[in-house]
Amino acid sequence: MLLGDRTNAKWNEAPFVVRITTDPSRPSSLREREALLLKGPILEPLLGFKVFFSLDDSLTTSQHETRIVALPSTLSYVQDGDIVSVRPMSGDLRVLYRKASKHNALVVTPTCNNLCVMCSQPPRKADKEAFRLVWDAIPLMDIDTPGLILSGGEPTLLGRRLVQLIYRIKNFLPSTSLHVLTNGRQLKYLAFTQDIAEIWHPDLVFGIPLYSDLSHEHDFIVQARGAFDETVRGILNAARCSLQVELRIVITKLNYQWLPRISRFISRNFPFACNVAFMGLEPVGLAKENLQDVWIDPADYGDLLFDAVRELKWHHIRVSVYNHQLCALSPGLWDDARQSISDWKNVFLPQCHDCAVRHRCCGFFASATEVHSRAIKPLVSCD
Amino acid sequence: MPASPLSGQRHFRLQDDFQPEMGMYQLLPFRFIPLDAKQYVLTNFVGEYCVVERESLQALVAKTLRPGSTAYGALKSRQFFFEAGETSALHLLATKYRTKQAPLAEFTSLHMIVPTLRCNTSCIYCQVSHKSAATASCDMTEATADRAIDFMFRSPSSCLKLEFQGGEPLLNFDMVRYIVESTRRREEQAGRNVSIVICSNLSLISEPILQFCKKNEVQFSTSLDGPRDLHNHNRPSADFDSYDQTLIGIRRVRDALGISAVSALMTTTQASLSRPKDIVDEYVGQGFKSIFLRPINPYGFASKAGAMTHYSTAEWVEFYKTALDYIIDLNIRGIRIREEYTALLLRRILTPYGTGYVDLQSPAGIGISGILFNHDGNVYASDESRMLAEMGDPHFRLGNLRQDNYEDMMLSDVLVDTLKETMTEGVPGCSDCGFQPYCGSDPVRHYRLQGDIVGFKPTSEFCERHMALFRHIIGILDGGSCASDILKGWMY
Repeated sequence: MLLGDRTNAKWNEAPFVVRITTDPSRPSSLREREALLLKGPILEPLLGFKVFFSLDDSLTTSQHETRIVALPSTLSYVQDGDIVSVRPMSGDLRVLYRKASKHNALVVTPTCNNLCVMCSQPPRKADKEAFRLVWDAIPLMDIDTPGLILSGGEPTLLGRRLVQLIYRIKNFLPSTSLHVLTNGRQLKYLAFTQDIAEIWHPDLVFGIPLYSDLSHEHDFIVQARGAFDETVRGILNAARCSLQVELRIVITKLNYQWLPRISRFISRNFPFACNVAFMGLEPVGLAKENLQDVWIDPADYGDLLFDAVRELKWHHIRVSVYNHQLCALSPGLWDDARQSISDWKNVFLPQCHDCAVRHRCCGFFASATEVHSRAIKPLVSCD
Repeated sequence: MPASPLSGQRHFRLQDDFQPEMGMYQLLPFRFIPLDAKQYVLTNFVGEYCVVERESLQALVAKTLRPGSTAYGALKSRQFFFEAGETSALHLLATKYRTKQAPLAEFTSLHMIVPTLRCNTSCIYCQVSHKSAATASCDMTEATADRAIDFMFRSPSSCLKLEFQGGEPLLNFDMVRYIVESTRRREEQAGRNVSIVICSNLSLISEPILQFCKKNEVQFSTSLDGPRDLHNHNRPSADFDSYDQTLIGIRRVRDALGISAVSALMTTTQASLSRPKDIVDEYVGQGFKSIFLRPINPYGFASKAGAMTHYSTAEWVEFYKTALDYIIDLNIRGIRIREEYTALLLRRILTPYGTGYVDLQSPAGIGISGILFNHDGNVYASDESRMLAEMGDPHFRLGNLRQDNYEDMMLSDVLVDTLKETMTEGVPGCSDCGFQPYCGSDPVRHYRLQGDIVGFKPTSEFCERHMALFRHIIGILDGGSCASDILKGWMY
């Protein structure tokens, strides 16, 4: 989205983050890090706000220095307390954090040392800005934020900076649960893992993907030789440092047949996992590009998924099934299915309108309306 | 996997690019043993197992196993070998070995106390040489009890368990009360947690006893050998109908303390052998969710009773298999009941965890998993050691609470030497057995039956029985049917 600046002067400032407010009488001490969302014309000078956002194109600045930025209609949903990143030079506006969302995922670095064939967020070149924007945004977040996800790219490639970031989050948001999505490879360095553990974050989980019980198969899916070996050592180090580990298995055409033996491997080697998540594919990014090779209809792996879940339950390991519509799942797995799709990309199909279990169904990724299971149909009776 | 060109713009390396090269692996230690005419069970020292055909075993060792074959994947996944450049297999094995051996560091968990040797039943297989209810000379004194409790709290175990054995403990309930109250006091001071069980025939259960047990969180374990005729045949009493008393007792305990406050176990006699289903049905009918099928112990009256109780190991194994099949069948039909010894073996086979069961440890569990304080202050390395002493052979007596201190007894030659010689990892006949990681040592039993704490495995009934159990259970697991699903539900 292109950022229009009404002053016509070239705006060379480095990217920054601002918190949205609609209250023109905010304490002046807060205004420096805030953007006032204008509902109408400015009647009196409002000093101190970093920037003004306006949905009305005709507004112009008066005598003061502050910039007025036209907010594109696609971002008209922003509300008080949301945080937006502004890149003046490229004119890029992005919502970094939504106060009302339970699923705030922060991209802390775009780079990654794996290249998973179904990656929903394909890695890009290293870019220090992503980290700095998140770093600056943390103090602006609501103290009651229930949870944050640190995502990437690969967050652990930040090294020391990740440790500092987690520490900062603990300080500013002491009651916020934190989920770090990582391939775990860097956790093979025990000293690094210990540094993270010694933050003593009270509610920190590392979500680490495991696509097979065999190194050559896992390495194939993540397209990186040696990745499995490092990930396994990382998982063990995390457990050794008493960090909580969630294992995440994205189900694709390449690995659906391996599900039961992945479960067996986990129950024997990683019984300390606080959760094992079986995840339906989100057909964006590389998954979309490689759709024919990675997409598998959940109706084709129902029995295998059931066996895999049951194996873990025999070992009293907590299981979650993410991104699976209830009608495409065996009813035996309904209690394990979570409404896992982030609110902003969550949709239902027209035929879901009359479904009796829609209220407990995760629905679809907005990106997945074209690609979905043949089993999708409204269910008439509950349970 | 599809080797078709990938559809997207990105070009990924295909799975073949990641396939390991033939034979490029290093073997890790493992043992093997035939399962049946065609298949072998391969196990490693952390207890992972794999059932393969003889050809695959040969190929594994000759390094001609085809990467991509099912056997290759199954063996790699269980760390029977590791490929060049990978170290995670070693880390996984190390973690699992520590996990499996963790109970050793826990040290003694089970502390058995015999408050009296008096008893009011005359079981045909009694392992203790019961004394009649009137004989008062075999009661424990408070001074001895104090020393036993001191001894127990010396153990570093995080799950201390105090078990009253007999005789019939309730014939000296004053002493039981004294020990329980004292333990609960000490427990609070020490910040420890002790679970307490009374092994009783329940004939003397009374309202005050139940109230006391409720207040002090004491549970019961009893014996139920089967239907009325079988139970009364095995466990007769001159004073009452043994079966009725047991059932009344079970009901009263459950009413007062909850359904799970009483467990039961059975002992197999000659008379039981033909009636596995009747016995299981009795347990189901009485609302038990578990049954413990036990062969008879070769101690006490059991060894004197001769023909009355004698049967071969093979006969017992047949009995066990029939009962287990029936139990599995009941589960498939929706009736939940499990066999406890099978569950114990399943934990050893299917989970990374070690188990504390005294008779199946390496080194042996005597003394360091469980220990027994007799009414007279004698300390024995196990319940069976005490039984042996009652028969006149005090070989496994570690000392007496009145004269010897903790260190003297726990470091006594008889205990330390026995432990040193009972590590199955190095015992002849065990060290190269495929079932070694699941099995253990029972030195007292081998000493009793073969005159040697290690024993001679080719003629050892302990070995014969356990080999049969392991083969049977792994056979079911490997069969992959409903039966294997049922068994997997018993692991924890």
